[in-house]
Amino acid sequence: MNIYEQEKQLLEAFVSNDRIAIERIYRENFPSIQAFIIKNNGYADDAKDIFQEAMIILFQKAKLDSFVLTCQIKTYLYSVCRRLWLKKLQRENRYNHVTDLFKETIAVEDEIEAHEKQNAEMNLMEKALSKIGEPCKGILEAFYIHKKTMPEIAEAFEYTNADNAKTQKYKCLIRLKKIFFSQYKNGE
Amino acid sequence: MEDNLLLDAIERYRNGEMTGEEKTFFEELRKNNAAIDQVVAEHNFFLTELEKMSELTSFKQSLNEVESKLINEGVISHKGLKGKAKISFLWSRYRRTIAVAASIAGLVSIATATIVSTYSEKKNVAAITPLVDNKLHQMEHKINQIENKINVASAAASRVAVKPKFEANFRATGFLADGNGYIITNAHVVKDARNLIVENKKGEQFSANAVYVNKNTDLAILKITDTSFQKLTDLPYTFTKSPTELGEHIFTLGYPREEIVYGEGYLSAKSGYFGDTTSYQVSISVNPGNSGGPVVNKNGEVIGIISGKETNADGVVFAIKSKNIYDALKDVIKKDSIKLPVKNTLKGLDRVQQIKWLEDYVYMIKGN
Repeated sequence: MNIYEQEKQLLEAFVSNDRIAIERIYRENFPSIQAFIIKNNGYADDAKDIFQEAMIILFQKAKLDSFVLTCQIKTYLYSVCRRLWLKKLQRENRYNHVTDLFKETIAVEDEIEAHEKQNAEMNLMEKALSKIGEPCKGILEAFYIHKKTMPEIAEAFEYTNADNAKTQKYKCLIRLKKIFFSQYKNGE
Repeated sequence: MEDNLLLDAIERYRNGEMTGEEKTFFEELRKNNAAIDQVVAEHNFFLTELEKMSELTSFKQSLNEVESKLINEGVISHKGLKGKAKISFLWSRYRRTIAVAASIAGLVSIATATIVSTYSEKKNVAAITPLVDNKLHQMEHKINQIENKINVASAAASRVAVKPKFEANFRATGFLADGNGYIITNAHVVKDARNLIVENKKGEQFSANAVYVNKNTDLAILKITDTSFQKLTDLPYTFTKSPTELGEHIFTLGYPREEIVYGEGYLSAKSGYFGDTTSYQVSISVNPGNSGGPVVNKNGEVIGIISGKETNADGVVFAIKSKNIYDALKDVIKKDSIKLPVKNTLKGLDRVQQIKWLEDYVYMIKGN
C-alpha cells in the first residue's frame, strides 16, 4: 500500500468519526502547527483553536462526495492552519513577515470561504434549535442527533407511549422548520 | 395529520426503511404531485442541514475528547507553554521590547541609586508614617486646612504679610462670572459678613470683597482681591437669557460640605416664592451651603442661582433667574471691565465631563 492509499484509508476512518483516526491525525500534526503558530507571534492556545478549526474544515471537506485527496493530510492541515492564522493576524493588524516551517503548501482559500459559509448555515440551525425551547429541543436532538428510537424518547421524556412522543416530535419539528426557514429566507 | 404522515414517509424514504412497494408508490406520488414534490425537496434540505449539524456536533465532541486525552498525556501543553519552548517563544515575541526595557532599567537603577543616596536620611520619616495613618482620618480636615493655608502662603510668598487667623461661621457657594475673579452668589450670604474668603476645588483660598449687593434680587458679586489669584481665561459656560421650560433637566454644584457636591433635578415652576417672577421653582436636593450655586441646564448654560428652599415643604427650591445676573453685572460693568462669557464649551458633553469642566469655576464662600 503506498502512502496515498494509507492516507486515504485514514481519512475515511476520520470522516466516519473514528476516534482512533482522529487521535492519530491530531497526534501527528498538532506539534508542527503549534511550532508554526508560536514562531509567528501566537500562543499555545491560539494553536489549539486554529488546529481545531482546521480539523473541522478537513472533516467537512472530506465528507463531500466530490472530495479527492490531492496531497498529504499533513500538507493540507498545515496549509489551512497557515491561512487561518494569517487571516487572524491580519484581522488584528499584527501581520508582518511569516516564517514558514514547510515549503510545500496548497491553495486553500476556497475551502476556508466554503467553511465560513457552512459555519453560518450551521449557526442558523443551532440558533433555530436554541429558540424552540424545551422539551422540543431535547426531543429533536435525541431523535435526529443522538439517533434514539421513539420508545426510548418516550421513556426519557416521560410520555405514556411512543405514539404520544411521536406526535410531540412532529409538533416540535414543524416549529423548528418554521423558525429555520424564516431565518434562512431573511438571510440571517 | 396528513402532513405528519408525509414527513414520516420522507424520513423513512431517506433512511431506506421503505418496502419496495411503498417506495414505488412514494416515487410515483412525488412525480405526479408538484406540491408534494416541493414539500419533499424542502424537507430533504432541512434534514440535510440537521444531519450536517449533528455530524459536526459529534465530531467536535470526539475532537474535544481526543484533545483532553492529549492534554493529559502532555502532547498538548495545558496552559501556555512550558520550559524552553516558552522562553524562546517569549524571546522572539518580545525581543525588541526587552531591549528597550533593559536599557530603561539601566537608567532607572542609576537614577534610583542617586535618589536613594541623596534622600536616605529621610528614611526616618517613612518609618513613622504608618503610625500617623490611623489618626490621619480624623485629622484630615484640619490637615487639609493647614495645607490650604500653606498653599496660599507659598503662593503669596512674595507678600510679607501673613493672613490673619480666619474662623468662618458660614459657608455657601458661588461661581465665576468673569475670569478676572468676579464671583456671583446670594446677597443673603454676604450681607452681614465682615471678612470673606473664597476657596476653589483644589483648596486654594483667596480673600474677596463684595462689590455689589442687591437685597431685592438677592444677588451679590464678589471680587477676589488676592494677587495670588491667577486669572482664568474663557469660562466654559454662558448665562442664558431665554426662559427655561417646565420639566427641563437641571443640575447644580455646591458646597453643602467641605467637598463639592453634585445634585440634579428639574424645573418645576416658572415662578418662585409667592409668584416671584424673578425666580424659578426647581426640584433638586439641596442643603445649607448650596446657596449661590449655579443651576445649569443640559447644554451647560447657567439658567439660575440657588437661593433658598421652602422651610415647610420638601424639594421646593428657588433659583434666581439668570436674567438678573445680567442686570446685576451691568451695574458692575460700568465700574469694572467685566467680560461676560460668550462661548459655551459644555454643550454636547456628557454630564461627567460637564461637571469636570464646571467644578473649577465653582467656589466655596466662607466668612464671618
